Amino acid sequence: MSTRKIRVLIAKPGLDGHDRGAKTVASVLRDHGMEVIYTGLHQTPEMIAETAVQEDVDVVGLSILSGAHMSLFPRVRAELEKRGLTDALLVGGGIIPDEDAKKLESEGYAKLFGPGTHTEEIAKYIETTMNARWAKQGASR
Amino acid sequence: MAQPSLSQRLVQGEKAALARLISWAENGDARFAETLRELGPRASKSWRTGITGPPGAGKSTLVNELARELRTHARTVGILAVDPSSPFSGGALLGDRIRMEERTVDPGVFIRSMASRGAHGGIARAAVDACDAIEAAGYDEILLETVGVGQAEYDVVSAADTVLVVLCPGAGDGIQAMKAGILEVADVLVVNKADLAGADRLATDLEEAVHIRATGGARDPQGWAAPVVTCSAGTGKDIDEVLRQIEKHRSWLAGERLERARREKRLRHVRRTVEEQLAQELWERRGWNEKASALLESGRAPYDVVETLVSSILGAAKRDGVKSA
Ligand SMILES: Nc1nc2c(ncn2[C@@H]2O[C@H](COP(=O)(O)OP(=O)(O)OP(=O)(O)O)[C@@H](O)[C@H]2O)c(=O)[nH]1
Ligand SMILES: [Mg+2]
Repeated sequence: MSTRKIRVLIAKPGLDGHDRGAKTVASVLRDHGMEVIYTGLHQTPEMIAETAVQEDVDVVGLSILSGAHMSLFPRVRAELEKRGLTDALLVGGGIIPDEDAKKLESEGYAKLFGPGTHTEEIAKYIETTMNARWAKQGASR
Repeated sequence: MAQPSLSQRLVQGEKAALARLISWAENGDARFAETLRELGPRASKSWRTGITGPPGAGKSTLVNELARELRTHARTVGILAVDPSSPFSGGALLGDRIRMEERTVDPGVFIRSMASRGAHGGIARAAVDACDAIEAAGYDEILLETVGVGQAEYDVVSAADTVLVVLCPGAGDGIQAMKAGILEVADVLVVNKADLAGADRLATDLEEAVHIRATGGARDPQGWAAPVVTCSAGTGKDIDEVLRQIEKHRSWLAGERLERARREKRLRHVRRTVEEQLAQELWERRGWNEKASALLESGRAPYDVVETLVSSILGAAKRDGVKSA
């Protein structure tokens, strides 16, 4: 049927070994009717970008708890750009201080969610943003 | 300079182009058919292997290992992993890639996850389209994973030339396999997790079941009895044996049998696509959904409603027939 679903990649770059948060987000997004590709721990920026391309996702969500976000987030974005994926909605979450979030949001990330963010808020944000985008561009691409 | 078209980019091996074409297929976007038309008729050269079986049997792990092995033979591999959508939210959690991580950045491998979406059997159509897209992109091998052993999954996996049913100890015995119709579906029976206790027992059970079936009344008219292969995808043991059995089935099919099987699959695909497009036209564009619920609400019996709806087009078809005669 000609209905488009929001496709989201939830990925965990870097070395930290906690993916409970990422899994929770993935399952909440699923409950909001999205198709969520979950790839597990320890993804390199290259792997994340390749996956995003092959899965033709609308949204890339990264979760980092290790504190390495200021190096990893920009590298993921660079890898995505290298592959021509410039229109995906980039979001991130983890233990990210406000000033870092601001910096990343000025560098192509749509939104960073700090610790304690309710997962519903993340789902709503993605839903609202994608729906607005599709309303403007038309849902087919 | 003019932008290269999607079909050009596809032929040049651009993964983003293949990814987009598959999205069009799953969204029922008309550009899918246009692009295939642009690409023109092509000899089908990809071998399609379906991998099905109960949840957790090790299908994705096996797909990963098969892909690794195929890559050592310089074959390029396209993987389509289908997981169920939630009937409640319509969303899906697609996690098969976790087991295929090592293949992610291999230029000769393409991996796509697909949700089964609506209950209309649209996934079977979309899966065939996606396989056609992967084939058009030039991949030598297609691995199509789908979970489960029921009719719906069989519909998906029957797009494949060779069907593997993956079982493992603890996920049922030979009798259950016979009941579930696994034996009819499988071209190759794979007992995975050979490292666990009970694998040999399961393999013996299955062999016996295959033998009973082959010698009983339900003898396979095609004359192929599914071999039982034991392997351990987790450790990579005996994966080459699985490939050998796929290869064997492939040689057995080659020629007239393969032609016939593929003709049947094409016909089935056309039927499905026609049904899907008609259903879409009637229920969505012509407002049958509203019409039907209004009729039901007015107190009409379900079969009454059916007749009213059906005769509203069949009646018209008859009239048209009379007119054109
Ligand atoms: N002991 C053992 N475990 C295995 C083997 N192969 C896979 N597993 C494990 O079985 C579990 C399920 O593996 P998957 O490959 O995800 O199984 P699947 O059939 O694709 O699962 P679904 O797609 O969810 O139906 C994982 O924990 C694997 O590590 C094996 O040969 N031996
Ligand atoms: Mg799987």
